[in-house]
Amino acid sequence: MEKRPRSFYVLAAFFGLFVLFLYGPILTIGVLSFQGPRGGLTFPMNGVSTHWFRDLFQEQAVGDIWGAFRRSFGLGLMVMVTTVVVSVMAGLAFRKRFVGSALVFYAAITSLVIPSILISLGVGLIFNQLGLKVHWATSGFGSQLTWTLPFGLLIMFAVFNRFDQSYEEAARDQGASAWQTIRFVVLPIIAPSLIGVALFGFTLSYDEFARTLLTAGSYNTLPLEIFGMTTNVTTPVIYALGTLTTVFSFAIIGLFLLTVWVMGKRRARLGSDAGKGV
Amino acid sequence: MAAIPLKNRHVLGWLMALPLSVVLLAFLIAPIAMIAVVSFWGATEFSIYPAFQFDNYEFLFGSPVTYKVFGATLKYALITWALTLAIGFTVAYFLAFHVRSLTMQIALFLVCTIPFWTSNIIRMISWIPFLGRNGIANQTLISWGVIDEPLEWLLYSDFSVILAFVHLYTLFMVVPIFNTMMRIDKSLLEAARDNGASGFQTLVHVILPLTKPGIMIGTIFVVTLVMGDFITVRFMSGSQRANVGRLISNDIALLQYPSAAATAVVLLCTVLIVIAILLRFVNIRKEL
Repeated sequence: MEKRPRSFYVLAAFFGLFVLFLYGPILTIGVLSFQGPRGGLTFPMNGVSTHWFRDLFQEQAVGDIWGAFRRSFGLGLMVMVTTVVVSVMAGLAFRKRFVGSALVFYAAITSLVIPSILISLGVGLIFNQLGLKVHWATSGFGSQLTWTLPFGLLIMFAVFNRFDQSYEEAARDQGASAWQTIRFVVLPIIAPSLIGVALFGFTLSYDEFARTLLTAGSYNTLPLEIFGMTTNVTTPVIYALGTLTTVFSFAIIGLFLLTVWVMGKRRARLGSDAGKGV
Repeated sequence: MAAIPLKNRHVLGWLMALPLSVVLLAFLIAPIAMIAVVSFWGATEFSIYPAFQFDNYEFLFGSPVTYKVFGATLKYALITWALTLAIGFTVAYFLAFHVRSLTMQIALFLVCTIPFWTSNIIRMISWIPFLGRNGIANQTLISWGVIDEPLEWLLYSDFSVILAFVHLYTLFMVVPIFNTMMRIDKSLLEAARDNGASGFQTLVHVILPLTKPGIMIGTIFVVTLVMGDFITVRFMSGSQRANVGRLISNDIALLQYPSAAATAVVLLCTVLIVIAILLRFVNIRKEL
């Protein structure tokens, strides 16, 4: 291998600083959430304790953190499943280059770039004028889909741009019906990417704030609850909550990545019988 | 019987795109239409009533605050764009051309993207112990003897707002730029070198032009996210700075929906014009 140029080391250092910039603050509040009972919002550490975590599990003066967590988790799962199903269907649809597909595509892009507060405001107004109550599982759910679906759709585009259509042709040549081709050929091939879509669906919903703001109704989701806390909580309990939900996010991300990795291994082991025949 | 129309790819395509279209119609198109309609309505202190009047727009365009706030919004967008582009390009360039093993590339790329899947609110909160009056930054600078008194402009200022924007949105630059860079045919770089180009010349005359689509996509993301933001500015400036998003959210808090809607319409038009200009330079569907 040839020698590394000097620019490599400069860039590597820059990259290291960037990663520190990305993760430094969150690590800091991770440390600070272990403040002693008398500790404040910043250093120095006033002893080390799990006081603030215990505090979280007790009755809160304001809000309902665990209820908010349950709602966010449930909503995340709803959005995840919907995003995967709808994105795959739309991805398959766009391959057919149907009349008007450009219109749907531009709507999806608009959905991605539109300021989130407009969705919040518009959906809120519609529910208001129709006399419906905004609720996280109806208006909140729909509003979050306008954020997750475009991502799902873009991933499907990326997937199908790289998809080798000769697999489908082979399936059809062997007499598979359209549904069989999708079920037994297309879906298994794109499965790891679907895990990716699911990851986007769940995490973007779980952390979504602006689009849920006016559409969640009287029961807050977790990000709304946390934001409410920032205005009236001045103890490290908010760091403890931040640490806990970030650890939860990391665990979810790890789980998804692990699934993709295991799938890849399984596929490498079972996918081809090349070389085994003779 | 149903098999005949199903053979038609247009019918089948629309059927499969139906769930997406329904969601977008109900939660994107209809809300935009509703906002547009309500922007002509009137409001009392407690309620809004249907009307067709231009009062909201007249007030909006007649107020000097509007221009100031739109100016501030564009300023945030421009500065954040320049910083995220510089950082994002450098990071992507390092990942794509200096990291040699694919596994390492993927691992480091994931390190850059994972924060995207965590909470923005928490990531904003996590700056407080750094930037506060008695925060890490001030403590460090004082102990080094660089400053005598704590700097007041670190938190709740334009500085902290832009810092948070860069922190939150740089990966929207890294991902598309890295994606385009990875598709650059390596033989082009070899050709440049064989013809005597220096590393820097290759960067400017070969890599940069080929990376333009990725830069454009990243730009669209960053600019629209910053222009549509209201929560970062509110939180990181301690409610001391304003942008258009905050103008809208303040009106909403006061139940002045028609006025909020009018501002929203103008904001949407501004964002769409910016996007339309940027889209002249790139075909998104080809770049995925």
